[in-house]
Amino acid sequence: MSAIVAVLVLGLGTFAIKAAGPVLASGRALPAGLERFVRLVPPALLAALVATGTFGAPSGLVVDARAVGLGVAGIALWFRAPFAVVVLAAAASTALVRALW
Amino acid sequence: MTHSDAGTPRGPDPGAPVVPVPADDDAGLTTRAMTIALAVATFGVSFGVLAVAAGLSPSLAVLTSIIVFAGASQFALVGAIAAGASPLFGVLGGLLLNLRMLALGAAVGARLPTATLGRRLLDGYLLIDESAAVALSGPAATTGRRLRTVGIAVWIGWVGATAVGAYAGDLLGDLERYGLDATFPATFLALLAPWLRQRRLAATALLGAGIALLAWPVAAPGVPLMLAVMAVLPVLLADRLARRAAVPR
Repeated sequence: MSAIVAVLVLGLGTFAIKAAGPVLASGRALPAGLERFVRLVPPALLAALVATGTFGAPSGLVVDARAVGLGVAGIALWFRAPFAVVVLAAAASTALVRALW
Repeated sequence: MTHSDAGTPRGPDPGAPVVPVPADDDAGLTTRAMTIALAVATFGVSFGVLAVAAGLSPSLAVLTSIIVFAGASQFALVGAIAAGASPLFGVLGGLLLNLRMLALGAAVGARLPTATLGRRLLDGYLLIDESAAVALSGPAATTGRRLRTVGIAVWIGWVGATAVGAYAGDLLGDLERYGLDATFPATFLALLAPWLRQRRLAATALLGAGIALLAWPVAAPGVPLMLAVMAVLPVLLADRLARRAAVPR
């Protein structure tokens, strides 16, 4: 699958998902089971993205400067820093570790 | 897409998608929309940079933001491509991430009973976490106006910032030197943070992360993400057992 095809498929699928509610609007809620499943998917997926984005490398799992960046981002989030600060702090601390080692 | 508004953690509120927003007058709504757009724009720059780093052309990066217009899923797609996986995995992961929009869309749609089909399609396109959250807080009669004001502001910020990141990325040189690869997990952590306040959602997240890490060394790129969704099942099972235990006999 080429990148442009992937973008189009993701775009169409996303649009179908997003427009389903407004177009089929009738005050009906999702089936309870699907609703429960849908609500739990984002935390599982987002956490997987955090974990693999931090420790994943082509060779397997590694602990490198990105882990420091993630830790700093976590601290920034703990103190309710704005999003831009969280991301910049992660990038800056990762860059600093790489510059020092 | 889900982002943190400056100072106020927003985004996916797991229990209820309705986030209370006090100001509903025009001035308050415009200010709110612009603040959200600005926060989203910082995401957009990272997306543009990462998309080009993953091998997309700058114009395709911008087109992606226009065509998909759902941040987290765009990152998932670009992440799969950057990891050398089939983009198919990115598409599947992105669509799974967007499934929550079914619930938000149903909630918003229920409040737009008289809109024309064209307008509903536009509302669907503009539906993102931020616009839905603002749309669902306030009088039902003005739901559409709130959705469109925030949606359009965020669209401008998101697409414009993607262009900046995509076209100015060349000027930045070696992305890893500046730690820009770390913005990726940091971005997802910021998206994840609001979910971690509830214990069972935090448990789901922890399980998902664990499954993905276990699968990473042995599975094809992209597969760990799919497997991580399985973390939902034991939590649903635990919910079911808890409900059964709560039923009086």
